[in-house]
Amino acid sequence: MTGSSQDKAWLLEVNGLSVDYGLKGVSSRAIESVSFALRAGEAVGLVGESGSGKTTTAMAIAGLLSPNARVSSGDVRYRGNRLPIDDDAAMRPHRWSETSVVFQGAMNALNPVHRIIKQIAEPCMLKLGMSRGEATTRARELLELVGIPADRGTAYPHELSGGMRQRVMIAMALACRPSIVIGDEPTTALDVITQAQILKLLGELRSQLNLALILITHDLSIVAEACDRVMIMYAGRIVEDGTVAEIFARPKHPYTRLLIDSIPNPANGKKVIRPIPGDPPNLVIRPSGCAFHPRCPSVMGVCGTEVPSLYKLGQGRVACHMYESSQKDKVAAHA
Amino acid sequence: MPDTADVLCLESLHVHFPIQGRLFDRLRGRPAGAVRAVDGIDLNIGRGEIVALVGESGSGKTTVGRVITKLAQPTGGRMLFDGRDMTSVQGSSALRPYRHRVQMIFQDAYQALNPRHTVFDIVAEPLRSLRLVEDGKQLAERVGEALASAGLNPPGDFFARFPHELSGGQRQRVVIAGALAVRPELIVADEPVSMLDVSIRAQILQVLVDLRAKHNMALLFITHDLPLAWLIADRIAVLYLGKLVEIGSADEVTFNPRHPYTVALRNATPQIGGNVGRAELPALQGEVPSAARVPKGCRFHPRCPVAFDRCREEEPPPVEVGSGHTAACWLAT
Repeated sequence: MTGSSQDKAWLLEVNGLSVDYGLKGVSSRAIESVSFALRAGEAVGLVGESGSGKTTTAMAIAGLLSPNARVSSGDVRYRGNRLPIDDDAAMRPHRWSETSVVFQGAMNALNPVHRIIKQIAEPCMLKLGMSRGEATTRARELLELVGIPADRGTAYPHELSGGMRQRVMIAMALACRPSIVIGDEPTTALDVITQAQILKLLGELRSQLNLALILITHDLSIVAEACDRVMIMYAGRIVEDGTVAEIFARPKHPYTRLLIDSIPNPANGKKVIRPIPGDPPNLVIRPSGCAFHPRCPSVMGVCGTEVPSLYKLGQGRVACHMYESSQKDKVAAHA
Repeated sequence: MPDTADVLCLESLHVHFPIQGRLFDRLRGRPAGAVRAVDGIDLNIGRGEIVALVGESGSGKTTVGRVITKLAQPTGGRMLFDGRDMTSVQGSSALRPYRHRVQMIFQDAYQALNPRHTVFDIVAEPLRSLRLVEDGKQLAERVGEALASAGLNPPGDFFARFPHELSGGQRQRVVIAGALAVRPELIVADEPVSMLDVSIRAQILQVLVDLRAKHNMALLFITHDLPLAWLIADRIAVLYLGKLVEIGSADEVTFNPRHPYTVALRNATPQIGGNVGRAELPALQGEVPSAARVPKGCRFHPRCPVAFDRCREEEPPPVEVGSGHTAACWLAT
């Protein structure tokens, strides 16, 4: 966890980050000791079910945590410098210029009474100090970049289809030339064919602009298409981290394995429904030890009492007691 | 030709919603158009059969489900249930026997459950309103049985709970239990798992498949997800802009799609471990056109990568391309 913070090769480092949410005097931990690092131009998928902490992790990186959230430990570094993620005002110069976010519901995120060109031009004027004319020219470029004819810029959001609106969201996210784009379920509300178009666009923009991409999703198959690396989260912790090829071919954590098995996959030809037993974890009354142990098919005695740390294993990392014996080096290091 | 083995038979079903024209157009006597949500569908569902209706938003798949459950009235064609013409049957008393044989499961379990009713009351409601039970003891038995079938065990633990005390998966089970309680012969499930987490999805699918095995219940599974349809269904019907473009066994439609739209859908679906035979056709451009302006000829031709002149002029009829496998495309033979 130490030493690497000096490493300039990392664009973004998250070190031992824990975030709590306070609700009616009860505090519940949303994410616990989350550590990972990201290189420029790398695409990483953050996968988990509801309540796994994937959105909290991403919002913490963007400094967009809700007011009742508290960073209880750890930090986030951008190009080696610590980010003031719990200070909204201090994050302002960084947000959108270095890290930007594409939100899920494009209809709710766009202002219904302004033409889209104006909405894209606005961050350019505010952040980059452009004049109205320059900003409009930039907005037209951005529209073309995301595959919308620049003349469509005079449309209002309701005149655009879901896929087009999501393209506008991407154009806005790119307005201030960020080096990291966080996609918070950017394709969840879209149809399959539109989703494929948006994922293709993100991939093209990524190589064209050398963008680092953090894709938050509950859908492993999207990650398989769009990312280099994937991190699986469960009950606020990263349970497995590895390259897409490695994780899908040889999943190590029992949860990852069950998750992959539960996705219908005509390619393997086996028509078997394989549910993961049990219910998702309750974050207020968290299971003791490994949070997955009540649902785990390979549970051992130690799982109920001790939280497994994230061991380095091969090219990736895994947090499971099964791999403890094979791993002498118990340092939770970066992948 | 209604087959007695079929629980449901749709014949050339149309649902057109009229558009209120602009005042100026009305004064000039210009005809107002219609949204052709469902534009001539022939589909039959056998007893105990699981049919998946696959399509994107705006394809009319939900409207088909609403017609079957008598929540929308068709503007053309016929609907036969168990050999009886149900097309024009209306009114709550006339529909009562039908409602207890056909039930619907909605997508959003958060909105489908009344937050002020207990689980018991929610599941008991259809039994009470259709007057299917004689006394409280029988009611409790039926509710318990339905909850258990939907995988909520032991059912007694859930009777007094309110929806907000349940997880998303449990809520969807309560919705399923409500539909099951009346022991229907056909359930229309409109995207029943799309709101649920991946690990819970498979549990709900398992419940639905078990129901078929136990009670020989037929299921119309409405979804936008082709792999999911393949997993659960016996047959898949692919809907595009209100018309079925392809229908066949789940394996045939998934592995040997004959309509360019089905091919495009399959290619666009992200998959672990890559697609079999991906990139046979270039990716589709654009989005589904509005059902108020259905293109002339084949309604898919403006987006079709292999369209030719005939497609722009004439609408292709469904042709048999294999055993029980039809596709509506001029290139399918």
